[in-house]
Amino acid sequence: MAQSVQTHTGETDGRPPGLRGVVADFSSDQRAFKNVSWGKAMMWIFLLSDTFIFGCFLLAYMTARMSTPVPWPNPSEVFALTIGGQEIPLILIAIMTFILISSSGTMAMAVNFGYRRDRRTTAALMLLTAVLGASFVGMQAFEWSKLIAEGVRPWENPWGAAQFGSSFFMITGFHGTHVSFGVLFLLIVARKVWRGDFDTERRGFFTSRKGNYEIVEIMGLYWHFVDLVWVFIFAFFYLW
Amino acid sequence: MEQVAAHAQAQVKEQHQQHPIRLYLVVWGFLFVLSAGSYFVDYVGLQGYLRWFLILLFMILKAGLIVAVFMHMAWERLALVYAILLPPLLVLVFVAMMVSESNYTIFTRMAVSGGAQ
Repeated sequence: MAQSVQTHTGETDGRPPGLRGVVADFSSDQRAFKNVSWGKAMMWIFLLSDTFIFGCFLLAYMTARMSTPVPWPNPSEVFALTIGGQEIPLILIAIMTFILISSSGTMAMAVNFGYRRDRRTTAALMLLTAVLGASFVGMQAFEWSKLIAEGVRPWENPWGAAQFGSSFFMITGFHGTHVSFGVLFLLIVARKVWRGDFDTERRGFFTSRKGNYEIVEIMGLYWHFVDLVWVFIFAFFYLW
Repeated sequence: MEQVAAHAQAQVKEQHQQHPIRLYLVVWGFLFVLSAGSYFVDYVGLQGYLRWFLILLFMILKAGLIVAVFMHMAWERLALVYAILLPPLLVLVFVAMMVSESNYTIFTRMAVSGGAQ
């Protein structure tokens, strides 16, 4: 028995297919996510908990909007911008959406170049992602100040149901905070990649562990998640 | 017994996600088109069920592409996929509860205060 435990069985895992494989993994009394590093698994579990946070925010918004007899302000008009004398509905939000999607694209490519150990391209793409993320936050700041100047407060607004303001500030504020922290996270990892920490196996100043290029993928998971949340906010808050 | 131990001890190498760049560019393009589609829904001012259907359709397609390709869920082990993707579905139960609750709230608001809130 003790010997068979010691035996390495090689790279194959002998997993049954389908749902039986899932049960086998979870019941094997060891790590359940076998070919996934702990870092990636933990990021996924964090993102799962974050999903519930944003899920509850959107639920609170749905409940507020469904339970008020006062008409909800029309987001298409509220978020319209006048460009060249013409009022274009929702244009700023559309631009922000495209910017965030582009940043997700550059991030996905950074992950790819990371595993090719192309540190300069990886760092450059991560920096580009960070710049796009920062411009997204900038536009959000512009949007907030515009709405505040127009008299939107968490407790009132000039167009309709008072809950509009509180839902708006809560949801976009929390999302913007996520983007801001993501930009910081990106800059930190990009600096490490640029310095070649993962090629020279330099130890982290905090954990004293050797890092590797997987941190780029883990960082990417967080960044894509921020983009994912925006997809839902865009659909439910701005378009609905 | 040996077989059980062997399975328990199975050393699976942690796999890295490596896919051609082209895949990411194609998905990026799709996401742009889908976003343009959902913006278009608002721009032309579609209303009612068609609007809601299209918004949800574009939303789900975009979310699916991001999770499956950008976050590599399509290539992850099934145990991780289930552990991460199934729990959020419970939010839908919460949605059903809050829809019912909202209907009750608006009913009492209309009935008691004549919709003055």
